[in-house]
Amino acid sequence: MRKSIIIWIIALILVAVVSVAGTAYYVGDGPKEKLVVSTTTSLYDTELLDTIEDEFEAKYSIDVYFISVGTGLAIEHAERGDADMILVHAPSKELSFLEDGYGVCRKIIAYNFFAIVGPEADPANIEDLSPTHALANIVETGINEGAKWVSRGDDSGTHIKEKSLWAAAGFNWTILRNEGWYVEAGAGMGKTLQVADNLDAYTLTDMGTYLKYYNDGIISLEALVTEGEELLNVYSAIAGNQTGHSGINFNGAITFMKFLISEKGQEIIATFGKDVYGQSLFYPAVNLLKHDKNPTLVQWIKNYAFFNGYECPPEYQDNHPELYT
Amino acid sequence: MWEFLQNPIFQITIRSLHISGTATLLSSLWSLPLGILIGMKSFPGKQFAKGIFNALLGIPTVALGLILYLLFSRTGALGFLHFFPSPQAIIIGQAILVTPIIISLTISAVESVDPEITDLAKTLGASGVEASLAVLRESMGGVVLAIIASFNRAIAELGVALAVGGNIRGFTQVLTTTIALEVNRGQIEYGIHLMIILLAIVFTITILTNFLQRRIK
Repeated sequence: MRKSIIIWIIALILVAVVSVAGTAYYVGDGPKEKLVVSTTTSLYDTELLDTIEDEFEAKYSIDVYFISVGTGLAIEHAERGDADMILVHAPSKELSFLEDGYGVCRKIIAYNFFAIVGPEADPANIEDLSPTHALANIVETGINEGAKWVSRGDDSGTHIKEKSLWAAAGFNWTILRNEGWYVEAGAGMGKTLQVADNLDAYTLTDMGTYLKYYNDGIISLEALVTEGEELLNVYSAIAGNQTGHSGINFNGAITFMKFLISEKGQEIIATFGKDVYGQSLFYPAVNLLKHDKNPTLVQWIKNYAFFNGYECPPEYQDNHPELYT
Repeated sequence: MWEFLQNPIFQITIRSLHISGTATLLSSLWSLPLGILIGMKSFPGKQFAKGIFNALLGIPTVALGLILYLLFSRTGALGFLHFFPSPQAIIIGQAILVTPIIISLTISAVESVDPEITDLAKTLGASGVEASLAVLRESMGGVVLAIIASFNRAIAELGVALAVGGNIRGFTQVLTTTIALEVNRGQIEYGIHLMIILLAIVFTITILTNFLQRRIK
């Protein structure tokens, strides 16, 4: 009887010690300034943000906390005041986010291109077609049960892009989703690629996640359509609006945003992944837009991701015009 | 040695043990007395109370995670605490998650004790609390099992940790959330390493429990 109580007490003490020792671990440095950033999965899953975080935290005494979610949830976090800043890639949603008064100081930080990937056999014959033409072929082959399409189905930036591509190709996405060849994964990019690979299906993907999975031998899908204005993918940073939520670390968000658009930040974006994949996963956008280096590309970005001719309309610049000069 | 302590796998493991251990301890503070009380007393509605806790045993972690996120979110009812995202939020969530487990298993353990022990203790002049302690001693095996089962449930759950912790590197990453993230990132090998650690923890604790129970009996 005594023995059992002693064992019990020892067990309790052990758990308590582990708890206390553990606390010392993660409380660690004490109350450093915190910056919560909700981000689209593609920037995080490629580990680009890990690299940026390390460089940023070495220079500033701000702890950056990334929460990796889809663009939809990232915006929801900021609207509820749970994130100080968001990194997203869905211009149409970004505009309503600004208009609803939840975000300010939007800044385009990077771009790349989406790709339509599919099985090597390419049953719908889409290789090197224009994106809309390729989608039309996939629908036709799909209806004849010769091909499948896997959709993210999670309201992420990539999913929003997919829906707009279907519209551009003359299809109604809400009707397509009821058809047997159209599969909704309801998952992040990585999982969706794996599902598509297992089903020998086509899917829309951001280049970063695709290259990582392809080079690691996790999937064997080929990038079949990689060019065209419709496939442009633009990443932006937006700070939460402090007039909406008093607890927001607005100054931290601006500091981080300035780092992202600095020479150093843009260089990290430009070189990230080159050593491993032989090509950049993301391209820096700041100098391109500032100096108008490639007029066609700049025009594409303006068509797709500018609001009334502005990267961020003046009424949403919140007294930070220096971000836009 | 220092390098080992800085190793992310080690830190994530310690954080997992810490968060789930603290959650289990915290939950025991209210669940054990409640379980013993319900087990020992007979009162109207006792079966109903037991039914509720049994039903709550199977609460889906995604549901609990979402409810807690809405509470802890800065615009939520408990937003002023600034608990989202934080390890504390996970601790509270897991403590709530395991509460019905500890209570239900404790009730069963206490009820399996011969009621004569309480009577005997009382006739020997024991107070209510002393009688409870006597019953607790008799049902020790079941109570230990309740606590261990709770810890295993807490350390193995994903929904709450992801919803209110956000899987933030160096802050709220625990074993389950890191496994989910790394597999999504295509780092399957790293995910497997963490999975082995998680399984090792859960199995070791289960084996230890069996051993302890035999000793106690």
